[in-house]
Amino acid sequence: MLVQARDLHKTYKTGDGVLPVLAGVSLTLDPGQTLALTGESGSGKSTLLHLLAALDAPDSGSIHLAQTEVTALDDAGRAAIRRERIGLVFQQFNLIPSLDLAANLAFQARLAGRHDPDWCAALAERLGLTPLLDRFPEQLSGGQQQRVAIGRALAPRPDLLLADEPTGNLDEATADTVLDMILELVAETGAGLLMVTHSTRIAARLSRRLHLSQGRIA
Amino acid sequence: MRRAALSALLSHWRRQPMQLFTLLAGLALATALWSAVQAINAEARRSYDAAAGTLGLGAYETLSDPAGRMPLATFADLRRAGWPVSPVLEGRLVVTDQRLRILGIEPISAPVASLPAGLGAESGLTPAELFLPPGLGFAAPETVAVLKDTPGLPRLMADPSLPPGQLVTDIAVADRLLEADGGIDRLLLLPGAPAGLPTEIAPALRRAAPQDQGDLARLTDSFHLNLTAFGLLSFAVGLFIVHGTIGLAFEQRRPIFRTLRALGLPLGVLLSLLLAELLLLALVAGLVGIALGYLIAGALLPDVAATLRGLYGASLPGTLAFDPAWALSGLGIALAGALVAAAHGLDKIRRMPLLAAAQPRAWSTVSARALRRQAAAGAALLLAGAAAPLIADGLLAGFALLGGLLLGSALVLPFLLSAALSLGASRARGPQAQWFWADTRQQLPGLSLALMALLLALATNIGVSTMVSSFRLTFTGWLDQRLVSQLYVTAPSEAEAARLRDWLQGRAEFLPIWKVDLPLHDAPGELFGISDSPVYRSHWPLLDAAPDAWDMLFASEGVLANEQLARRNGLSPGDPVTLGPGWVLPLAGIYSDYGNPNGQAMIALPLMLQYHPEVPRLRHGLLTDDVPGLTAALHDEFGLPRANLINNETLKATSLQIFDRTFTVTAALNVLTLSVAGFAILTALLTLSTMRLPQLAPLWALGLTRRRLARLEILRSLALAALTFAVALPVGLALAWCLLAVVNVEAFGWRLPMFLFPRQWLLLFVLALLAALVASILPVRRLARTEPSQFLKVFADER
Amino acid sequence: MNARCLALLATLAAGPAVAQGYAGLGTQADGFAIPAPETRFSFPEDHGPHPDYRIEWWYLTANLTDADGTDYGIQWTLFRSALAPNEAKGWASPQIWLGNAGLTTPTDHYAAERLARGGTGQAGATAQPFEAWIDEWRMASTAKTGDQLDALTLSANGDGFAYSLSLDAKGPLVPQGVEGYSVKSPEGQASHYYSQPFYEIAGTLSLANRDVSVTGQGWLDREYSSQPLSETQDGWDWISLHLDTGAKLMGFRLRDRAGAPFTSATWIAPDGTPTPYPDGALTMTPTSDTEPPTSWQITLPAQNLTVQIDAINPQAWMPLSFPYWEGPVRISGSHAGRGYLEMTGYPEPE
Repeated sequence: MLVQARDLHKTYKTGDGVLPVLAGVSLTLDPGQTLALTGESGSGKSTLLHLLAALDAPDSGSIHLAQTEVTALDDAGRAAIRRERIGLVFQQFNLIPSLDLAANLAFQARLAGRHDPDWCAALAERLGLTPLLDRFPEQLSGGQQQRVAIGRALAPRPDLLLADEPTGNLDEATADTVLDMILELVAETGAGLLMVTHSTRIAARLSRRLHLSQGRIA
Repeated sequence: MRRAALSALLSHWRRQPMQLFTLLAGLALATALWSAVQAINAEARRSYDAAAGTLGLGAYETLSDPAGRMPLATFADLRRAGWPVSPVLEGRLVVTDQRLRILGIEPISAPVASLPAGLGAESGLTPAELFLPPGLGFAAPETVAVLKDTPGLPRLMADPSLPPGQLVTDIAVADRLLEADGGIDRLLLLPGAPAGLPTEIAPALRRAAPQDQGDLARLTDSFHLNLTAFGLLSFAVGLFIVHGTIGLAFEQRRPIFRTLRALGLPLGVLLSLLLAELLLLALVAGLVGIALGYLIAGALLPDVAATLRGLYGASLPGTLAFDPAWALSGLGIALAGALVAAAHGLDKIRRMPLLAAAQPRAWSTVSARALRRQAAAGAALLLAGAAAPLIADGLLAGFALLGGLLLGSALVLPFLLSAALSLGASRARGPQAQWFWADTRQQLPGLSLALMALLLALATNIGVSTMVSSFRLTFTGWLDQRLVSQLYVTAPSEAEAARLRDWLQGRAEFLPIWKVDLPLHDAPGELFGISDSPVYRSHWPLLDAAPDAWDMLFASEGVLANEQLARRNGLSPGDPVTLGPGWVLPLAGIYSDYGNPNGQAMIALPLMLQYHPEVPRLRHGLLTDDVPGLTAALHDEFGLPRANLINNETLKATSLQIFDRTFTVTAALNVLTLSVAGFAILTALLTLSTMRLPQLAPLWALGLTRRRLARLEILRSLALAALTFAVALPVGLALAWCLLAVVNVEAFGWRLPMFLFPRQWLLLFVLALLAALVASILPVRRLARTEPSQFLKVFADER
Repeated sequence: MNARCLALLATLAAGPAVAQGYAGLGTQADGFAIPAPETRFSFPEDHGPHPDYRIEWWYLTANLTDADGTDYGIQWTLFRSALAPNEAKGWASPQIWLGNAGLTTPTDHYAAERLARGGTGQAGATAQPFEAWIDEWRMASTAKTGDQLDALTLSANGDGFAYSLSLDAKGPLVPQGVEGYSVKSPEGQASHYYSQPFYEIAGTLSLANRDVSVTGQGWLDREYSSQPLSETQDGWDWISLHLDTGAKLMGFRLRDRAGAPFTSATWIAPDGTPTPYPDGALTMTPTSDTEPPTSWQITLPAQNLTVQIDAINPQAWMPLSFPYWEGPVRISGSHAGRGYLEMTGYPEPE
């Protein structure tokens, strides 16, 4: 089993009091599996993704990534997990504006110390980025930027790819292309994929679907 | 991991070269001004140490005759009576237009420490070379270069430890050069000397305690403290820039930091990388700053040297020696400054939540509460500054007052500006004006640091120029009054002087200017005897006086003291003044005596002649309507060289020249500080302009042209500069008052009346507006040229 | 005093040339007067300084005893050294004066030094009334009649010691060498040299914390020259002996690195009649293996004299600008008595 999350609870403090976001969520994900997480705005799906990405820690409950209990790690341990075993794709593409595409693409792999130039070149080729490698993010369209973000996330060959509305900022045609690429590459690398999306059309393309409503799996 | 992350961090600067430039330039400028001042101070101290070191003579008690030089026999008699004394002969000589101070020592009896290093046993010099004509003279290398091949001088040897303009030589050579005929200025009392005075042998001799070795250093301390204060101020202004740019660089890179963290870069590594980046930048800026500082110091040094010579008679070389000590200190302060400036930003990154919205925001957005807190801190500083002179004495308290005033008002400024802008907003009619005021107020946090820098620069400028101008006005008026005689003549000998006085009978009234040097209230001083001439009563300016001061004086029942003597000893009219052992007279009045570091007193001439019959009677002031005629006549009749005949116009011109050179440095630093502040505004505006687009786009969409928007932006800069000037004016005037009434009194011993110079303010106001205008032109041009598509993108990108 | 300057002045008499011989005494006498055999003394003028000669001294040694019979020795010397052969008023004077004073007890030895320039009155000498001085050190005539040197008062002081003595001559002035022309080397270097060896002395020595009343015998040497040593002569061993018979013996041995030492002696009968002896008449042989030797065997066969002299205190080194050994000696053998030994040109002990 790649991911095992048990009974996750998370609340946020706001000016009006305590806002419960997750109220006992459990899920599992096997290697090679693709899972779509859907739900309305405020259902807690992004929060769940952040917890699984080790960006944040739950109030209670546990998360295991393969043999590692992520929820038991300190800040540095979580940083290492993110660096080495998780790929992240956000709705905003979060590229580093001052680096060109080639550098952006290779960035996380180099951070993780597992940069493979051949793999990066292959990724660039597969993502259709090869002619754009010396450009800077601001010179690219949204779809191109998101393809770079996907490439960056996959360059270190993560065990788990987490994507938060990766096509949310893209037009439908572009979104489909991007999605195709994600699924193709995930299948090729054998990584697990968990994708947050509000689009049922996209969710239908993934092997499993979970619907989140008011902080619970519906 | 580190390399990848560092390259990502540094890549920011490649894409933002302007920001990199402002950061480096700000830090370099700050370091430059600071290290320039340090370099000048270090050079001066080195000179003083050299002077003190070679004249180790100052470390010994001395015997001297208040009336003048003692005969050679006095020395021999004392030695034969078992007094271990060594003679010193000093004097001035003009050689090839170079004023030369001759210091004659007697190498056989003088203490080792006082001998030039070149006299060492390893020098290979023979006694014949040292003691037989032409003899040897030791001087600074530059002095040797000027004097070499001058006939009549001894063989010259360069000694870099000597101050320029001084020639140290065997007393035999000094005797020959100064035509002293065996006369001795003072005798050093060497260890083992009996206590008391040799009254049996030489009753006229007075014993003086060893001079404080740091005498010159102490005298000039206030001057250097002034310079240091200026250097610190410039550095503080520079730090505002650095703080601004570093803060901006951090804020703009927040998304990168988040991404890096999200991609698994541990916080500790991120912070250490940022710190390394900072140190690297500081190192580069520091090195550039030191080089710049060296240039500035080199340019200012001749004026500083002239000032110190004019004010204190301290001699400095005209060229700057590179000293690793101040270079290192400059580098150190650049690093420290960068760290201080970045501390806040680093702390914010440390506490930055990983998942907060990654939208760039005005990095220094401050709440109204923070503004009030800052204003309260400023008010506290103002109070503390005001309290400083009440708690402590001295120059330091004066500078605490200045520091409190400047820093306190800088901290209060944003609050005052915010209040003023609110007032403007509440009065505004029409949506555009409303938006203008509100938006300006919103911009305030981002600009406040730059505006604080501007306030400091403007206030300093107003304060210092008011001080200097007040001083100059007072000084000029005082010179007009004080130089009562039209012509000053110095006779070469007592006999010639007597003949001169006879010759002058019926030709011109003459005023004796006869003085003896003697300690007054335990400090070096001079005592003048003046004759009862109505010209004194009508011309001599008195600051404070008993009603019948002049009558008291000329009845030998009172003494006049200069302001320095009176202030240092807390004397007011009526208080006793001690002029010698058992010789006390009441203080009749106090006169101003600008430019004199020593205490001075005046008594009636008959009294002078009674107590000091041996006073040299060589100098006279002549009252005449026909200066050229009398000059020519004196020249023909007495063959007096030009140097012995000075008319008061020349004297006045020379005095003012010295005065003006004194404040050249001040003026130069003033201009530099103002430029740094201008640069700070430019930086801040540039910074803001990069974040302006989202704020301006809706207005553009609502129908305001880019040109109109640009004009409003300029107007905003001008309005803020004008408001800042409005605050700076009272602060500057308060500063001037502090300088005139507190710092000057502590530093120089005189207090000056304050005059106001509104035309200077107007000029400065225009300058401030100009600085704001120039600083806003670049970002506004950028705005005016922004493609409409860029505005559109704002909307497109918005979620 | 001034160490650096002393180091400089250590080459004092050398002039511009490199110092040769002991204290530069072996250098050329350019421009200075040269002693001549036909010159005769003229007193009191010759008691005063001779600035046209390069060097000159007033040199007094005394063997003293206190009431307990403890031996003491004192030395008082004023050297004059000219940088140029003339005198001038004030600082322009080329004359340098050096005073040395010593006091020796069986256990302790004190030495002091003064240095001064001529022309100022700080140091100097006058013939009549006779006075020689440097700072407060003073040798001055108290003679009411007769020669100026017949009666003297003498004082000096230094770190830990002082003395004040009255001297009364019981015999005449004695010219050394041939009528005062004293030859110093086979090449003919010479000086003008006379002595007053007949002083009876009374006075007070002041030591650390006690004053000692002493009496004894004194010997004054006056000598001036411009080049008394040959260039290869490195130093001398000089004696002045007060024999119990009332006779006196002056002798010296000039050591020469190029050959045999050069000796000279003057036998002075109790009535003051001098008998000069040429090179070789006197022998001086070290009998201690110390350096410098503080015991000697002295022979003067012409006067049937074979004596041993031993330093009263072997540690009588004068660690001054010109370091040398100078101290009182006891005489035993064919004659008994007290005397003074001076040895120059030996390496300074550690």
